[in-house]
Amino acid sequence: MTRCRLSIAALALAATIGAAQAQAPRVKFEYWYGLTGQLGEVMAEHCKRFNETQTKFEAVCVGQGGYDRAEQNTIAAFRARQHPTIVQIYDAGTVNFMLSQATYNAVQFAKDFKMKIDWNDYFPGIRSYYATSKDEMWSFPYNSSTAVMYWNRAEWAKIGRTEAPATWEQYERDMRALKAAGSTCAMAFDMDTWQSMEQLFAIHNQPIATMGNGYDGLGAELVINQGLFPRHVANLKKWQDEGLARVQTAQTGKNIVQAFADGSCASMVSSIANHGVVGSTGRDGLDWSVAMIPVYEGFTRHNSLVGGASLWVMANKSKEEYEAAAAFLDFVLTPAEVKWMPNVTGYIPITVPAYRQMLDEGFYAQPKFRGREIAMQSLTFTPPTQFTRGIRLGNFTSIRSEVRSELEAIMNGQKTVEVGLNDAVARSNQILRRFEQTFRGRSLP
Amino acid sequence: MTGKRVTFSNTWLAALLIAPQLLLVFTFFYWPAGEALYWSFTLEPPFGGENQWVGWQNFKTVFEDPLYWNSVRISVIFALSSTALAMGIALILATFVDRQLPGYQAYRFMYFWPYAVAAPAVGLAFRFIFAPDAGFVSALNQWYPGIWNPARDGFDAVVLITLANAWSMVAYNFIFFLAGLQSIPRSLNEAAAMDGSGVLRRMADIQFPLLAPTFFFLVVINLTDSFVNSFGIVDITTAGGPARATDLMVYKIYSDGFKGKDYSLAAAQSLVLMLLVISLTFIQFRYVERRVHYT
Repeated sequence: MTRCRLSIAALALAATIGAAQAQAPRVKFEYWYGLTGQLGEVMAEHCKRFNETQTKFEAVCVGQGGYDRAEQNTIAAFRARQHPTIVQIYDAGTVNFMLSQATYNAVQFAKDFKMKIDWNDYFPGIRSYYATSKDEMWSFPYNSSTAVMYWNRAEWAKIGRTEAPATWEQYERDMRALKAAGSTCAMAFDMDTWQSMEQLFAIHNQPIATMGNGYDGLGAELVINQGLFPRHVANLKKWQDEGLARVQTAQTGKNIVQAFADGSCASMVSSIANHGVVGSTGRDGLDWSVAMIPVYEGFTRHNSLVGGASLWVMANKSKEEYEAAAAFLDFVLTPAEVKWMPNVTGYIPITVPAYRQMLDEGFYAQPKFRGREIAMQSLTFTPPTQFTRGIRLGNFTSIRSEVRSELEAIMNGQKTVEVGLNDAVARSNQILRRFEQTFRGRSLP
Repeated sequence: MTGKRVTFSNTWLAALLIAPQLLLVFTFFYWPAGEALYWSFTLEPPFGGENQWVGWQNFKTVFEDPLYWNSVRISVIFALSSTALAMGIALILATFVDRQLPGYQAYRFMYFWPYAVAAPAVGLAFRFIFAPDAGFVSALNQWYPGIWNPARDGFDAVVLITLANAWSMVAYNFIFFLAGLQSIPRSLNEAAAMDGSGVLRRMADIQFPLLAPTFFFLVVINLTDSFVNSFGIVDITTAGGPARATDLMVYKIYSDGFKGKDYSLAAAQSLVLMLLVISLTFIQFRYVERRVHYT
């Protein structure tokens, strides 16, 4: 029944599209995006905005139901020669696409199709994450965020403090005071490595892997069992055992954002993209703010890492489709569109001119968006160094999940910090060597 | 089995008639399986291109990984316990309905519903209900703090996915058991009742032995299903955690292949899983079926 009705609806839809096409033949190209939920709707909306301005071109936008699904489906489609012209690929998928020999290098594309883009408009920290080791862009950075600390001002007021802690040492003292003042969860955390590990390495200017975090070749090895990270993990474990910090995941019932928004946990480190979520789902009267992630005493703060996705142009499409794609990419990079994104999501403006305009127009002074500028300060705190420009490791998705599993084992008390992190490194290095062998004969641009 | 066999003399017509079916089986089973076999001996870059022959390397990587054996162990425990649970509950429910206890028409109708719920939906429901902080079961933690926490305790997590899987299989088993029970001639039961045997006695001596073929069929189906079909539940409820405690073989294939894009490693693991399921089914048909009497 339902299927029958659906196909009738599809027929009707096809007929309408057909009719529309007969009136104005527009060059179509396909664009696949990975985001889902409210953010997926924003992606679809962005296409609609483009199509409304166009008489020549039309973007056909298809949500793939998740970042990893978008990557997976693009790979399958490319193998079957059914791939889209543009695809939204998340940060961790960058390596696969750089080595794929299936893409149209962005700098070359912009030149060949006379795009108006000025690569220097992008914030350096955003550009470097997706650039090659020779600082050449192979994709177009798109939706971007970074991690910040969210803190409950009312809770901190109880211990007589009006500032968020700037160092982890101060954070620890504050958490103890909060516990003494009756808080059962001064900090919510989870094992998602993007905010709990990768950002920490960047702001302390510490390497996650050898060979410049992997930018200089596929032979890189993970080094997270050295330097600062073991100390930080030991701290997390200690704070958890003392009842200062608590693991909050979907499995425990509330993830960190939900636990912070309903007031049960007083702080967390999370993506600025959740700024809107906390604002709209927060308990009534929740008095909160954001601050830069604390650094350990004795370290100088560096820029934090970007997260999100970039747009890749795929190879083997027609000239007309490429022209349409170029028009679309130019459109999404106009200041007006770059400014539109932070209005409807928690993402940050990705280009400097758009950000300046937003400052002038008083965007960050609006109560709803207050604190969002912290993300920009954090991202641009210093120019990117070889350890803070990004992470370029093969099969990084699997490495993240190995590290997450070992962190869980450490927090559950099954392994010591030392054993757990050594195991994570050993297993990640096996993954890296397999990746290197799979791509034997190819090298990172 | 009887000795008489019906044969079909027109071989060509027969071949023609089964050809579409064979073609489907070939396209959707033998071809992908063949491809997986080929991939498991090579290193396949995600986007294709020059793949290299590496012999047994992928299988060596799989078998030398202690965590893979952990995954096998969990899968076997999971399959056995959820099969036992799902069949046990289904049998009890079917017996109740067969005995026409009050309200049985409604139950007969309702017990089948859970089977129509997709695995991810089951997973989501169980995750909410059994969440240690916020779910219904969190009441347990208020009486005995820390007694139930599938986010921290691997054992609790395995219990959780076992319950979820069993819950979704009970409905299917129930229908088969009920059909089996109702096809037992009433006269047998009535005769036994007249000879003075009670309800439990009749179950043990008449109904259950006659149910053996159904029982055997369901064991095969349930075990196979638990091995190959449970990743939807795992993905939503526990995502393989905590600390790999619920990293079932089929979920590991999914995360290595589809998330990690290591197609060769996933292909090698799929073959191992396929061989395991084939051999389990073979053993069941070879040794267990002998003890089953078809009426």
